[in-house]
Amino acid sequence: MIKYVLKRLGAALITLILILSVVFVLVRQMPIEGYFDNFDKLDESVIRARLTQMGLTDPLPVQLKNFFLDLLRGDLGESARYSVGASISDIIAAKAPLSIYLGLMSMGLSLALGIPLGAAMARSKAKFWDKFGTVFIVFVNAVPAAVYYILLQSYGSRALGISMLFDRTDPATWILPVFSMSLGNIAYYAMWLRRYMVDEMNSDYVKLARAKGVTSRTITMRHVFRNAFVPMIQYIPSAVLYTVMGSIYIESLYSIPGMGGLLVDAIKRQDNPLVQALVMIFSCIGVVSLLLGDLLMVVIDPRISFAKKEGAR
Amino acid sequence: MEDVILRVENLVVKFNLRGQVLTAIRGASLELHRGESLAIVGESGSGKSVFVKTFMGMLDNNGWIDEGSILYNGKDLAKYKTEKEWLTIRGREIAMVMQDPMTSLNPLKTIGAQIGEAIRLHQGLSGAALQKAVIEMLADVGIPNPEHRARQYPHEFSGGMRQRVVIAIAMACRPKVLICDEPTTALDVTIQAQILDLIKALKKKYNLTTVYITHDLGVVANVSDRIAVMYAGDIIELGTTEEVFYTPAHPYTWALLSSLPQLGVKGEDLHSIKGTPPNLFNEIRGDAFAPRNPYALKIDFEVRPPYFDITPTHKARTWLLDPRAPKIEPPAVIRHLNSTHGGGNYAK
Repeated sequence: MIKYVLKRLGAALITLILILSVVFVLVRQMPIEGYFDNFDKLDESVIRARLTQMGLTDPLPVQLKNFFLDLLRGDLGESARYSVGASISDIIAAKAPLSIYLGLMSMGLSLALGIPLGAAMARSKAKFWDKFGTVFIVFVNAVPAAVYYILLQSYGSRALGISMLFDRTDPATWILPVFSMSLGNIAYYAMWLRRYMVDEMNSDYVKLARAKGVTSRTITMRHVFRNAFVPMIQYIPSAVLYTVMGSIYIESLYSIPGMGGLLVDAIKRQDNPLVQALVMIFSCIGVVSLLLGDLLMVVIDPRISFAKKEGAR
Repeated sequence: MEDVILRVENLVVKFNLRGQVLTAIRGASLELHRGESLAIVGESGSGKSVFVKTFMGMLDNNGWIDEGSILYNGKDLAKYKTEKEWLTIRGREIAMVMQDPMTSLNPLKTIGAQIGEAIRLHQGLSGAALQKAVIEMLADVGIPNPEHRARQYPHEFSGGMRQRVVIAIAMACRPKVLICDEPTTALDVTIQAQILDLIKALKKKYNLTTVYITHDLGVVANVSDRIAVMYAGDIIELGTTEEVFYTPAHPYTWALLSSLPQLGVKGEDLHSIKGTPPNLFNEIRGDAFAPRNPYALKIDFEVRPPYFDITPTHKARTWLLDPRAPKIEPPAVIRHLNSTHGGGNYAK
């Protein structure tokens, strides 16, 4: 097991280094305008001097080496156009917490509503909760999110008597963005949990548990729910980590100063260092969350064991 | 008179399949004697599994008992509706060993936890006493090194070992009746005999009444005192193992026995029963086997035969046993069986 974990960690590290190198090289192919705030007005010699100063005239391998050394010191570089001269770490540190708070709250809400809904649907197959849930899931998936986001914003804020825009200091204004962000995930969790639970309910071991006199309530809790949740648990780490990225749509709708639009803005403004840093952070999150998901599965499901077989067969 | 532990009378079970009603059990009756070992044989779809599932309220949601009664300890199980009622029977009185040990265990729980769940429920033990009982139960079903094995998961067990665990779970409930639904079908031939021996040993140790469901007549010969032959949702012949094997009376039983590979002659085709079982969506008139029965009388197509007693322990539902019926000799293979056994009586 420890060997497996180390192996996976090693593989993830190699993947990360590869991703970082590729992104770095790709960004180097971008026009050099992206390193200057006022490129057009600058003199050729000034541009040369600035590029040399930033180390961009060095051979690529040297640049790459310096980049990794900076990265190890936690230095992501400085923004060139988005917010001139500001350290990228500071830009992210200012925006990320809000997205993370909102994201985590939304995730909590999705799990708190989606899981009971999915379980209720599985237990009352083809009866009220199942039909209710199906209508909800189909609605959320079929209607474009923009439509019900806007409906929720306008009618919701009127009904609750609160501002349509987000205000960090007013807790009431957190409700609508968090709820809107959750709708899709509630449907997602409910749909998959129902599916996995129905699978488990029809399995032989549930019949055996029933035959040995276990109440259906206990079977649902101890056998069905737990086993149905295993395939879903793999995606929990990514759900948590992806909150950092924020939700572009919700954040612009409620004008929340979060991470949501940052990458798009950075690309629009051709801020090369910022684009590079953000792409790297997001791909790291991707790799790390996959890794965590896999490791979590090993912990939860005894069948996935990479230790040597102990003469069982 | 034998001590009857379970009496099924005129049981009718129906299923609703996409709006159509299927009659899976058509008025079957059976007495289970305390301490005996009864085998229910029949081809796939003859209703043998459905029949025993009704004893534990384990029918699928779309099935129901339409008529008849299942008397156990003076109570009619056919009237049981709520889970609370069934919990007084399931495991506690009647337990079941299912066909496929590869899927009958929860893959995410240790063997010990799964046996322990049954013990806690039915013997009320907990803590160290529970652990001890789990290990004893595992040793009881012949699993070596039980202390270690109890902490392992199902995937670390072979098929035969898993079936032993499933049996341990059933026995942990301390039932009076053990139903074995094709307990060896999914197992290696070399393991089958071991599992049957185990069940036989447990039956003796715990004074069980056992019901085997199988389509393997070899298993039947090995374990049963009595045999009930099922066809199209009805028990068409019932007798002691010897009677059914050596002096079968129903043409379906004849056909079934003739199909045994052991009775075939090398170089000749094996006997097979012509036609297919009746469609249970339709109402069946007369003897369900009549359309496939080369010995069928005219009346077989019209009126359902009653049981005719051949001996006090042997009866069959076929008009051939009616005193007015023409004398029909069973096929040669069956007559041969009969004569090797020292003669029986067909003359009726």
